[in-house]
Amino acid sequence: MNCNDVILRVSSYIDGELEGTLVQEIELHLKECHDCTILVQQTKLTVRWYYDSDLVDFPADVSARLHETLRRKIREARK
Amino acid sequence: MYCATLATRGIEPGLLANLAETLTLSTPNPHRLPSRVAREDEHLLVTAAKSGDVSAFEELVNRYERKIFRLTMNITRNREDAEDAMQDAFMKAYSHLDKFQEDSRFYTWLVRIAANEALMRLRKRRPNQVSLDEPIEGEDDFIPQQIQDWGPSPEQRYAQTEMRDILRSVIDELAPDFRVVFVLRDVEGLSTEETAEAVGISEAAVKSRLLRARLKLRQKLGRHFRQDGTQ
Repeated sequence: MNCNDVILRVSSYIDGELEGTLVQEIELHLKECHDCTILVQQTKLTVRWYYDSDLVDFPADVSARLHETLRRKIREARK
Repeated sequence: MYCATLATRGIEPGLLANLAETLTLSTPNPHRLPSRVAREDEHLLVTAAKSGDVSAFEELVNRYERKIFRLTMNITRNREDAEDAMQDAFMKAYSHLDKFQEDSRFYTWLVRIAANEALMRLRKRRPNQVSLDEPIEGEDDFIPQQIQDWGPSPEQRYAQTEMRDILRSVIDELAPDFRVVFVLRDVEGLSTEETAEAVGISEAAVKSRLLRARLKLRQKLGRHFRQDGTQ
């Protein structure tokens, strides 16, 4: 297992989708490779930050228009 | 409170119930009354809404509108398109409520509809940037050439609003093909299978694009966070 092998599997590794033997091989590599260890940590952080973040505001006027539109369309659908 | 308004205008409760199902996502709107029903009770709300329970419908609307807008906005990155996609997604779900199988999660069903609406608009606006093709093998620009330490936790170095601005600007730079998969998998929490179905690509393509998306985001974030402060 070299650095490129780890990079290509980092996503599946942090998602816990790899078989046991592959996980062991990756972790063996990580013990000896500082760069790959950082890569795995930073990728995990990236995923967690975006998962925890709420980057989109939900303005009151958008909500109001949604409700108004649904109300109107339901009324039309009933005609 | 438009459910009550609709009811007083003679709208059939069953139709409102259908709409409720349309709205089964998951974050309560802070501008509205707090949810009295736990998230685990989604199926009860949906069943009640289908049978014409107006309050159940109202609960579902309040619960999911914010999350659907976040999804359509994250995909389209255009407020007008995001709003249109959200409205059409709710109406489409309402119209097809009878086809919804209650053995699956309503949330997932609604997300698929909303993602499709958002993708349709994104493809119209950027016809050459969103493809259903399998990823091109050999594209290795996501392979990091140099890995640099980010230093002490960026979360502690940056204020919450600054972090939010950085995350937003970085995801905006991501190509739509990658952004869509990343948003569905890592922000909305869909499975690989559900994401593949929503976007219309294979599961292998989802995995490939997710890997590239995560690595590209990591790389772009590094421009802001690396210890020596260089860009």
